[in-house]
Amino acid sequence: MSTIPAERDETKFEDFKAPYTAHQARMEAERCLYCEDAPCVKACPTSIDVPQFIRKITSGNLWGSARTIFSANILGMSCSRVCPVETSCVAACVHNEQAVAPIQIGRLQRFVTDHAYESGWRYFEAGGSSGKSVALVGGGPASLAAAHELRRKGHACTIYEKRRMLGGLNTTGIAPYKLRADRATEEVEWVLGIGGVDIETSTALGEDVSLEELEMKHDAVFIGIGLGEDTFLSVTNEHLEGVHGAVEFIERIKLGRVDLDGVGRALVIGGGNTALDAVRELVGLGLDDVRLVYRGREEVKPGYAHEWEAAKMEGVRAHWQTQPIDYRGEGRVSGLRCVRTDEKKRAIDGSERTLDADLILLALGQETLGSLVASAEGIEIDGGCVRIDDNGATGRPGVFAGGDCTNGGKEVVNAAFEGKRAAEAIDRYLMGEK
Amino acid sequence: MPDLTANCAGIVSPNPFWLASAPPSNSGEQVMRAFDAGWGGAVWKTLGQPIQNVSSRFGGHHYRGTRAIGFNNIELITDRPLDTNLREIEEVKKRYPHNALIVSLMVESEEEWKEIIRRSIDAGADGLELNFGCPHGMCERGMGSAVGQEPKVNERITSWAASYSSVPVIVKLTPNVHDIRPHGLAAQRGGADAVSLINTIKSIVSVDIDSMIPAPIVGELGTNGGYCGPAVKPIALQMVASLASTPEFKLPISGIGGISNWRDAVEFMLLGSSSVQVCTEVMLRGYRVVEDMIEGLEFYMREKGFERLDDLIGGAAPAFSEWGDLDMNFESVARVDAETCIGCYDCVVACADGGHQCIEPGRGDRRVPVVDEEECVGCNLCEIVCPVPGCITMTEVDNGWAPATWNQHLASGVRLRPKKGSH
Repeated sequence: MSTIPAERDETKFEDFKAPYTAHQARMEAERCLYCEDAPCVKACPTSIDVPQFIRKITSGNLWGSARTIFSANILGMSCSRVCPVETSCVAACVHNEQAVAPIQIGRLQRFVTDHAYESGWRYFEAGGSSGKSVALVGGGPASLAAAHELRRKGHACTIYEKRRMLGGLNTTGIAPYKLRADRATEEVEWVLGIGGVDIETSTALGEDVSLEELEMKHDAVFIGIGLGEDTFLSVTNEHLEGVHGAVEFIERIKLGRVDLDGVGRALVIGGGNTALDAVRELVGLGLDDVRLVYRGREEVKPGYAHEWEAAKMEGVRAHWQTQPIDYRGEGRVSGLRCVRTDEKKRAIDGSERTLDADLILLALGQETLGSLVASAEGIEIDGGCVRIDDNGATGRPGVFAGGDCTNGGKEVVNAAFEGKRAAEAIDRYLMGEK
Repeated sequence: MPDLTANCAGIVSPNPFWLASAPPSNSGEQVMRAFDAGWGGAVWKTLGQPIQNVSSRFGGHHYRGTRAIGFNNIELITDRPLDTNLREIEEVKKRYPHNALIVSLMVESEEEWKEIIRRSIDAGADGLELNFGCPHGMCERGMGSAVGQEPKVNERITSWAASYSSVPVIVKLTPNVHDIRPHGLAAQRGGADAVSLINTIKSIVSVDIDSMIPAPIVGELGTNGGYCGPAVKPIALQMVASLASTPEFKLPISGIGGISNWRDAVEFMLLGSSSVQVCTEVMLRGYRVVEDMIEGLEFYMREKGFERLDDLIGGAAPAFSEWGDLDMNFESVARVDAETCIGCYDCVVACADGGHQCIEPGRGDRRVPVVDEEECVGCNLCEIVCPVPGCITMTEVDNGWAPATWNQHLASGVRLRPKKGSH
């Protein structure tokens, strides 16, 4: 597996939420009410027993605390940093009900999982060999979680990844003030430390290997291929220098360098969480004038409110109800031609104007990859996504799926859950249970 | 992986964590859920003649935002039919053969003891616990602590039980005595196989200052209850250590009293308990607390290199001594870490008003207190009030004096270092 370059822009970022000291963690943990049938647990896709792991912090049993976390979610280290806890477990904390500050579950989980990594604690062993093997296509969180669970049950695993490194968006896409690429690959190694997972990098589905070949070679297949390229406006001058897909640009920040020389103003088009990450990252890299361009009103943007609040605090501005038409510029982009929209996001005649910009990032979404397996009999595609049942099974026997390629792009924790769930279903399939 | 198997007087359980005889062990359904959660054993809520309970049974002692650091109850023994309890005991034992099931008993006459012991053993009890402890209600009827406070009565009833029982007999001792030792020895003379301690402490948990009635309030009156929970742990530890360090006392001890987590349990075991019993923490937080207890103990044993509980049971016993055997020439002083000090000056005021007036406010820009080590007597008060872990440490001073105890001083005139802070 290739390593993360030492020289890369993401190292310029500080953690947005500083790690807890042991004392801070203890004080925060002591506030937890240890709820029964706890709302925070229900708010977690992987159902981590939050009250239990927090109680174990108070008794000094960090070893057991980490075990509680990892038993539910083997990617608990990255999830502690990247989960939008403000909208999930922390939002569900009953302290909110009486307007008392909710327990900072993410920070506590980070404290515990970091401690476990530093201590070299491992909890899980591979099961006795079942004689079965499973192909996992895509090396992101869903496949990693699935592979770990499959190894526990004794099934041989091979991960096929089109890139040179594993970790998926955890490695290439997470805002560096939440999780840096080297921590993401550290987690990959920690998870794969269970042993028995073969890795085939630079192997793309549909190019280097086909689904049918994988089915021939293995007893079951898990598809966790995530999403594809950034979506563009599809206008003629999109090739101008200074126009980039946001996901691709963020990857360059995380794994290399970006050239911001001469950039005065940057625009990020979109209202989702990738857009909100991108504006904050541009500010973090030193740009003074960074603006969001979104066609709807502020209230309807799909990105998280807490992320936008943070972006505003960092100096980001927004052009709401503004829809891009095309770009201005010769060779390098100089502006974005836009039109105002009404309450229903419809263009208003005669409201055209041009926003000056030297850098424009498109965060309009990513291509779905269902088409890569659409031709296989039994597999159904729904809105570009691979359709699965409640156990992660596709309509094709022995083929399972999870993560962004099935849900259209959710959180790491969803992928972790879906991967583990599919692994359990694959185990039942392989071992002949219904 | 360390072996957590516990053996208390021949009663074997997969781990040393037992539910104490109390509401959490009131029924088969509860005890089975507790075993499923991981509890190694359970002492069934005391069986005896049917009683009736009152409304309003518990009281909490809340302190600085923490609910129930102490807990008090006026509930009596089981109020369920004896046949029902025995049927459920049999069922639980059948379904959970590897967990320890001890039945707590409290009756009056020798005939009653004989009968209830026979029926308990027939139901499958792994052991019996004689409840000589409850300091409320039952003692007014000549049972519970009324027995435990009278060594002769304790010995006599214990001897009945020992003669009628084919399984180990544990005597549960009351802490409502001035010295626990004669009571443990009485149980031993009576033929007990083990003792458990402490039962609850006679208490009034609080008084409602508006209605002017002691809590828990029953109608227009309150009565004394039995006090337990984290606040009683120090009392229980002392009693366990006191018995364990009595040379002629040879019985195993099941430790009880404010055990809330694995650390508390380890402390009880280090002073000589071969199993521990928990009630209050389960009352407040549920059976699920045992998960942390088991894991924490397991990790502690691994870190210390202990393979079985016997490696740690009694580990602190040699270090428990009389005051007269303490080294009077040992000297320590408080040291403040300027880096971590947050400048609250709680140590300054504590030392000024409750200590020996040797910590002064700092004189520089930063609020860091200054300890006058010439005057510091090493009392620990500042370290106790300091809110920052590790900021104030009590540091041993090499004063050149050879160790000398008060007893040695009296016996042979060995010299003691000059007193500090006594001017």
